[in-house]
Order: sequence, then structure tokens, then C-alpha cells
Amino acid sequence: MSLNPDPGTADRLLDAQAAADVKGRSLWKDARQRFMRNRAALAGLVALVLICIFAFFGGFIAQYEPDYVDFSLIGANASQGVPSIETGHYFGTDSSGRDLYARTVQGTRISLLVGIVGAGVAVIVGTLYGAIAGYKGGRTDGAMMRTVDILMSVPYMFVLILMLVIFGRSILMLFIGIGLISWLDMSRIARGQTLTIKGKEFVEAAHATGVRPMTIILRHIVPNLLGLVIVYATLLVPQMIITESFISFLGLGIQEPNTSLGALISNGASNMQYGVIWQLAFPLFFFVVTLFAFFFVGDGLRDALDPKDR
Amino acid sequence: MLNYVLRRVAIAIPTILLLVVISFVLMYAAPGGPFNSERPLPAQVMANIEARYGLDQPYWKQMATYIWNVVVHFDFGPSFQYRDRTVNDVIAQGFPVTLTYGFWSFIVALVVGVALGAAAAIRHNSWLDYLAVGISIGAQVLPNFVMAPILVLIFTLWLGWLPGGGWQGGQIEYIILPVIALSTSYMASIARITRSSMLEVLNAGFIRTARAKGLPTRRIIWTHAMKPTMLPVLSYLGPAFVGMITGSVIIDVFFSTGGIGQFFVNSAFNRDYSVIMGITILVGVLTVTFNLVVDLLYAWIDPKIRY
Repeated sequence: MSLNPDPGTADRLLDAQAAADVKGRSLWKDARQRFMRNRAALAGLVALVLICIFAFFGGFIAQYEPDYVDFSLIGANASQGVPSIETGHYFGTDSSGRDLYARTVQGTRISLLVGIVGAGVAVIVGTLYGAIAGYKGGRTDGAMMRTVDILMSVPYMFVLILMLVIFGRSILMLFIGIGLISWLDMSRIARGQTLTIKGKEFVEAAHATGVRPMTIILRHIVPNLLGLVIVYATLLVPQMIITESFISFLGLGIQEPNTSLGALISNGASNMQYGVIWQLAFPLFFFVVTLFAFFFVGDGLRDALDPKDR
Repeated sequence: MLNYVLRRVAIAIPTILLLVVISFVLMYAAPGGPFNSERPLPAQVMANIEARYGLDQPYWKQMATYIWNVVVHFDFGPSFQYRDRTVNDVIAQGFPVTLTYGFWSFIVALVVGVALGAAAAIRHNSWLDYLAVGISIGAQVLPNFVMAPILVLIFTLWLGWLPGGGWQGGQIEYIILPVIALSTSYMASIARITRSSMLEVLNAGFIRTARAKGLPTRRIIWTHAMKPTMLPVLSYLGPAFVGMITGSVIIDVFFSTGGIGQFFVNSAFNRDYSVIMGITILVGVLTVTFNLVVDLLYAWIDPKIRY
């Protein structure tokens, strides 16, 4: 090998590099491919899409309104409210003679909405809070994270119920209550990741050219947190659904005529000794499948996006 | 170490105070008083009742009195609903019940979870491992309010083996179902954490050294691998404790055990603020204390942490 390579080598190297650049794969494309290879995650995604279709469009094939009461069925539930295609009560009827199919569609929709809103608040508030704390550092960071520590050690379910009792039981209050607690974990995760990003050259460059701190956080740090945030947001949704169902199971959450999967499971559980097992089985099935789907998709996303596992 | 203990306690105390203040402010913000009813009481009677409960005092004085009573005398005041009882009476009646099955749930979750997770890690990629992983994935979607009806359906309605509710002074057959319902999902989480932690530990250099020395496997597991394995498990115990104490509300209501959860929910429906506040504060104090103990244990066990 000569010390003075002919000028063609450099050109060829550049060409090769250019070719490689063209074929280069983005982070997101990589992640998508990894996700698609994961069978459990893909199955979870399919299940999730089906459940969303069921929740948002299932009402069109219901034969009854969710709040329509068939008085002739009250008391005769075990014999005449059985799930059947002929009567139009695909999932049977509940103890008040309402169509359980329509109710399950409605309950699934509300449970999904609660989960998504809760996770949404977590993403917005938690990410910004964590990113600001991590970027500022020092005393600000200390004070902000101590606050999170303190809020986390509060038994939030009890405080949430206290709030529901005091301000009245409504969906809005439930959303506010769940939103208030959902961002805590996210802020810790976002802060941790921000601490590692903060030291990178591009942040330093932005800082050196005089970009304002808030702009650095929004334009340079938050986009780099997105992968992690998406993963944890997906895993947060089922937790929020569980929280809401917990409260609705106690009868303190969603109020009639609205319903959620937790409220339906509660109704089914209190009637199961009367031979109307479908009242428990159908809501329980949708509850379990929804949670499973979210967990599998979340795990798949984590495997696909989490840089630790590369 | 002493410094660390003092600092942790210094965080714990304002946390509890904050909880008391938040509860009080929330209660004060509530529309209507506890004695407003559809038939208004005569003004003189109302005034007497309010004087009896101290409701005629100015806002800050009520708060100061409440905090003083709670912090110094552990006195949560009278119940507004059960007129002949104080909040302390309610707690004294319900708390032992919750504590009994809560304690057993905690033990079961910890012992079974650690045993299952450790066995899965030691027999990595065997049927036992797959079983443990299967259980821990399945139990993720079975929170206590799903487990409770399923258990009652199977063991009470179909098999008729165990009673589906009641307490009867804590006889063993009344404790079994609440304990299983409450502990399952935490058992699964502990098993998952133990498994992954133990797998990591078993791959570490010092375990290879121990094997190379020819130590028996049993000795390696118990004296060398167990302690570092338990560290992540220990840090999960705080959240698990909170989860169980919250879950006890479901258990109390569903199994009608007569624990504090049942009083809590009844009071929530009856707007019996003082009972709700009292129980919330009690649970908060328990949680903060438990987390404090776990953190101190962690600092004591893990030689890498020096404060």
C-alpha cells in the first residue's frame, strides 16, 4: 500500500459513502422493522385496532340504545336475557333489562378515552416538567423532583376518591383526578433522559449560539425524548384504565347512564350468582384483552425503541 | 448514615403535614356542611351543633385545631355520620381486619413471588421458567377487582369450597380468598423482578468465581446470589405496599370483611368527610413510614450506597 493513494480512491470513498447515505435507515424505520418482527407486539396491535373499531363503530350494529330499558326483561333476565342473535341482544341484557352489547361498546369507549386522556396529560405535563427539571439542574431540579417525590408518596387513590366525593362524581372530575397523578412517573423518566442528552454537543452548540433555554428544551431535547415517552405512554394507558375501573368498580367513578368496563364488571360481579354469567364474562373479556393488547404493544415498542437493548 | 436517616425523616414529615393540609382544604372547599339536610334545622339547633363540632370557629383556627389534634393526640375528631362514634373508633374497628389479611397478602406476594422468580432464573429456559413468565404476564391483567369476582365464581359458586365474603373474626377460610385476590398481581410483579434481577446476578463475575471454587449450587444461591438479587425487589416493595393498601378498599367492599376500606367507601357515599380524611391521613402516614423503612433498609443492605 503506497503512502500516496491515487486521487481516485478519495472519490470512490465519497461515492461509497454517498451510496450508503442513500440506503441509510432512519431511527424510526429501524424501530418499525423491529416492531413488525415481534409477533406478540403485532398481535397486540391488531387486537388494539379491532377493539378501537368495536368501541367507536360497534354501536352501529347494536339493535338497542345503551340506555333503553326493556322492563319485561327485569327479573326474567336469566331466562330471557340470554345472549342470542335472534333477539338482537348479542351479549344478553343486564339486570335492568338494557342491551349489554350496546353497554359494552359504550363502556369500552369510555375506558379507552380515560386511558388515552390520562396518558396524554402524562406525555405533555410529565415530559415538559421532567425536561425542564433536568435541563435547569441544580436547585430548581432538586425542588421540582422533591415535589414529585412528595406527591408520589401520597396514597393517590384515597385522595382521588376524596376529591370525587367533595367536587361531585363526574367524568370531568375523574379526568382531572387521573391527569393529576399520571404525569409523575413520566417526569422522572423524562428528567433522567434529559440529563444524558443535555451533555451532547448539539445542545452545547445551540447554547453557544445563544438559543434561549426554553427553545432548546422544546426544539432539541423534547424530540429526542419522544421514543422513550411513546413507550411509557403506551404502558401508562392500561394503568390509567385500571385506575378508572378501580374507582368505577366501587361505584364512585363513571355514573349512570354512562358506564365503563369497571362499572360493568362490578355489575356483572354482583349478579353472577343469579345465573347471568354473561354480564361478567363479556366486560371482563374486553377488559382483559384491552390490557393485554396495550401491554404487548408497549413491550414491543420498548424493544423497538429503547436504545439500551440495541 | 445518620445524616441520611435524618434527611429522609426531614422529607417524610412535611409530606404528612402536606397531606393533612390538602385533606383539610379539600374538605373545607366542599359545598354544603355535614349537617345540611332537606329539612333545615332550626337556627338555634344548628348553631349548637356547629359549636359542638367547632364549625363556628374561623377557618384558620379550625385547621390549626384539626392539625393539632391529629398530630399531637392522634385524634381525628368525631364522625359526622355515625353520630355516636369518633373516627378513631371507626379505625380501631376496621383497621385490625385490614391489617390481618393485608399482612398475609404481603407475605404471600413476597415469599411466593421471590421463590417463583428465583426458581425461574435458576432453571432458565426450562418449563418452570416459561410457567413463571406466563403467570407473571397473565397476572398483569388481573388486578384485584378482576381476581375477586373470578375467585368467588370458581371457589364459592362452582366448587362451594370457600365462603364468598364475611369475616367471622378472621377464621382461616374467610381469609384465603381475600389474600389470593389481593396478592396475585403483586406476586407476579415480584416474580418478574426477582427473575430478571437473579438472571443478571447469576451472570456476574463473582458467581463464576464461586462456581470455579467448587461451591455447592445451594450455597452459591443462598449466600452469594440472594442478597444482590433482593435489591430491586426491595425497591418495589414501597409501590407494592401502596398498591395493596389501596386494593384493600376493593377487598373490603367486595368480600364485606368490615375493614377500613368498607368504612371509607360508605363514608364516600355518605359524605362523611371526617372519616374519609382520617383514613386518608392514616394511609398516608403508613405509606410514608413504610417507604422510609424500605429506603433505610436499602441503604443498609447495599454497600454501594453511601450517604
